[in-house]
Amino acid sequence: MPNLKDLKTRIASVKSTRKITKAMQMVAAAKLRRAQDAAESSRPYTERFNAVLGGLAASAGGSDAAPRLLSGTGSDQTQLLIVMTSERGLCGGFNANIAKLAKTHADKLAGQGKTVKILTVGKKGRESMKREYGKYSIGHVDLSEIKRIGYADAARIAADVLKRFDAGEFDVATIFYSKFQSVISQTPTAQQIIPASFEADAEASTLYDYEPSEEAILADLLPRGVATQIFAALLENGASEQGARMSAMDNATRNAGEMIEKLTIQYNRSRQAVITNELIEIISGAEAL
Amino acid sequence: MQFELVSPERKLASEEVDAVRIPGADGDLTAMADHAPTITSLRPGILTIEMSGGERNFAVTGGFAEIGAGVTVLAERALPVADVTQEVFSGWVAEARKASDEAVDDVADAAAKLLADMVAMGDTIGLSA
Repeated sequence: MPNLKDLKTRIASVKSTRKITKAMQMVAAAKLRRAQDAAESSRPYTERFNAVLGGLAASAGGSDAAPRLLSGTGSDQTQLLIVMTSERGLCGGFNANIAKLAKTHADKLAGQGKTVKILTVGKKGRESMKREYGKYSIGHVDLSEIKRIGYADAARIAADVLKRFDAGEFDVATIFYSKFQSVISQTPTAQQIIPASFEADAEASTLYDYEPSEEAILADLLPRGVATQIFAALLENGASEQGARMSAMDNATRNAGEMIEKLTIQYNRSRQAVITNELIEIISGAEAL
Repeated sequence: MQFELVSPERKLASEEVDAVRIPGADGDLTAMADHAPTITSLRPGILTIEMSGGERNFAVTGGFAEIGAGVTVLAERALPVADVTQEVFSGWVAEARKASDEAVDDVADAAAKLLADMVAMGDTIGLSA
């Protein structure tokens, strides 16, 4: 049985751990609200954008002259996986889940004889992909300096991806991120961004006039579409990360509380045992006299 | 007629307006109620909305506008003209100049035009490139 002093220090250390996890949980809650606001306020743009682009793609997609970003390169041999994770840990299974989905995907593609390339965004994803999948890696985007994800950051990633596409480095690009459902549930998601895929039922509603021309606008919009999708994914990821961290830290706080209770009981028992022992010694000493 | 100006990061304006003057890629156009449905891409320039209370001006650097029952402008960057300081503007110009310098072949013309439009916009609102 550990002595009283050890127990006391352990209780103190678990208590300070609980304070830290509690603080992290509250910080995550505040950040989550901000991340959700950011995701919320980007929605009008994304929705309108996708509606217009979807309509355009539906009418132009069938033709042979369709841009390669829409029709693809005619092959799906080289696959680029863009794995988006967080820069910081301590957020439960958030990063592991995204990495796992990406790994399954990479294995499946490699099994089909496809060439796999991986671009990681966020430090945690790179760390978990590095060991087994490092050979596929073609780059990494570091976001650790960025406090608040802006559209410019997404545009930079998109520009890099598009440059690689134009250079013929890959045929199909898929992004991996976590969709925010609620604080307790985030779904790792794979979404193909190049060639662009749209829901088939994009209403071919109004007939628009296009200036300068349908093709020119489509060619202008498709690269922006890549940036928009990456931006939306980054924002979803941001909210998911904070949500995951919040519930992970909530669990940690509760576990620490349970541990403190157990240790306190143990401490009290051993203290009582010491007292009883001393009493026995005194009494038996008195009797011997 | 409903007018909306949205950027990827937030909604900048949502107003009931009489007319919108749009800096289209092929030239300025004014959209009023019952305009033919049109989608046009934007060049860097000044977007003006006219409403009963007066006019408001926004500087936009590109994007596109959808004219239907209302007007929706999706701009990658847009600011009320009053908020465009020399510093902000210089940043935009520097970016456009860099893109123009780096551009080759078929995109060079487009990048040069973007830069020229950007500089022209600065002249309009009294900022130097």
